[in-house]
Amino acid sequence: MDNSTDKKKRKQRGERKENLAGYLFVAPMLIGLIVLTIIPTLLTLILSFTDWSFIAGIDKIKFVGFKNYIKLFDDNVFRISLKNNLIMLFVVPVQMILALILAVIVDRVVFFKNFFKVIFFLPYISSIVAVAIVFQLLFHPSYGPINKFLMAVGVKNPPLWLADIHYALPSIMIILVWVGIGFCMIVYLAALQSIPRDLYESADIDGAGVWTRFMRITLPLVSPTTFFLLVTGIISTFKSFDIIKVLTEGKPAYSTSVVTYHLYTKAFDELKTGYASSIAWFLLGCVLLITLFQLYGQKKWVNY
Amino acid sequence: MEKQNRIARLLITLVMLLLGAAFVLPFVWMISASFKPEIDVFKYPIEWIPKHWNAVENYREVWLGDHPFAIYYWNTIKVTVLTTMVSVLVSCMAAYGFSHVEFRGRNFLFVLVLMTFMVPPASILVPQFMIFRWLHLFDTHLGLVLVGSFSALGTFMLRQFFMGIHKDYLDAGRMDGAGHPRIFLQIALPLVQPAVATYAILRFIWTWNDYANPLVFLRSDKLATIQLGIQKFASESGAFYSLVMAGTVSAILPLILIFVLGQKRVIEGIALGGVKG
Repeated sequence: MDNSTDKKKRKQRGERKENLAGYLFVAPMLIGLIVLTIIPTLLTLILSFTDWSFIAGIDKIKFVGFKNYIKLFDDNVFRISLKNNLIMLFVVPVQMILALILAVIVDRVVFFKNFFKVIFFLPYISSIVAVAIVFQLLFHPSYGPINKFLMAVGVKNPPLWLADIHYALPSIMIILVWVGIGFCMIVYLAALQSIPRDLYESADIDGAGVWTRFMRITLPLVSPTTFFLLVTGIISTFKSFDIIKVLTEGKPAYSTSVVTYHLYTKAFDELKTGYASSIAWFLLGCVLLITLFQLYGQKKWVNY
Repeated sequence: MEKQNRIARLLITLVMLLLGAAFVLPFVWMISASFKPEIDVFKYPIEWIPKHWNAVENYREVWLGDHPFAIYYWNTIKVTVLTTMVSVLVSCMAAYGFSHVEFRGRNFLFVLVLMTFMVPPASILVPQFMIFRWLHLFDTHLGLVLVGSFSALGTFMLRQFFMGIHKDYLDAGRMDGAGHPRIFLQIALPLVQPAVATYAILRFIWTWNDYANPLVFLRSDKLATIQLGIQKFASESGAFYSLVMAGTVSAILPLILIFVLGQKRVIEGIALGGVKG
């Protein structure tokens, strides 16, 4: 009797010690995330219902209900920015298709595999600021090497790229594809390498051509990766900010403005904290929806 | 047949080399422009290897001119190294806690950590900015290091590797009477060392390239990092393209070196976790 309560006590003490150890191990990360992410997220939610500027002092805060969210739909620049974000989604499938083709070629047919991996990945590890500065010169309407080349091969009036309302966003999308292809390719390569080779060999014996093998074996077996890249790609186009800020600042005439950039100008140039917060929650809502779609879709569409 | 195959492979490799050029040429152009006198930068056809060299003058102007590139560099090294160290330490601890310590509320807390991953950084800049002003962390390197150090991604990625450690190794340590701190430091960490190195390299690259956080959380020019520095430099000396290119080369060269040296680790890490900063 005495012995068993003693054991229980010792076990309890052991549990308490284990709990304490656990909390100590995760505490630094948890405290950091609470102070730097979770509290700010909740603060943004509260601020999105106010009309306030953070330089004004807390006593000037004024709650206005859903007014900011209603204002969002009358805000022309916000609508344009959102539309631009949606157009930019085209980057994702283009990038993925090109990356998959490159990955298949690099995996199966090419000499110097590692060399190609490094080369296609180079843009991804370079800072977006540096990339933006270089492309600003490459795309320069009158002296840029790209237009000089186009004129030399006989194009009379090459596009003005970043200076033209219709070409600015596509130019940025080209740069984004260029930057992101390496990442997708590396992830696809890893997926390709996990496909058992004998699948292809038996398909060979059955006389399946290159195209059939690709459609029947490769594509279905990399579908989890495709889905993963699709979702992360969509989320990261919604997050893209640096390239717009450095390259165009939304110009010409808001043709390259995106939601994050609009949020930034409202928050830090116009100091409209309340309104900017409602944009922030709109953004968060979008990412949340995409993530829920991922959790749901992963079960439904991915075939292993 | 064999021979035909080899020829086909060779041809495809050549085509791929041409494609690869599209990825490398912008960098080559940047480097070659940084070596040229200003008037030669936009010459067409492009002089890939400069005819007239102005490299020393350009780089001297960038490094010793009005813009304190040496200070930007030092600031970036400081912030990047500190962020990487803090981030690796904190992420490893959390990853161990979430994988090998059985404590109450573990799953709930882990889900909480994962949920922070969904929050787009841009959407919380304003409150972060306010909190930093209250805590007097605004316009300090410490603040910047803290912003970059706490990421759910690190916890998640490293936890995968910690979970891969066989329980027997850790139990053996427990039999010898070691507590969690000793098991963590002496048994678990050495076993996941390659993963830690991969994460450290990735975190280093992401921090070095970070632009949005320094833009928002720093104000003084003497604290600016290299990304802010080259942007400022580019917009202020806009017409001196050779100098701007010399600055840009200076900003990305260390990373390219680190990447080329550690490319196996970086590529493996990206492929394994499918991670994206």
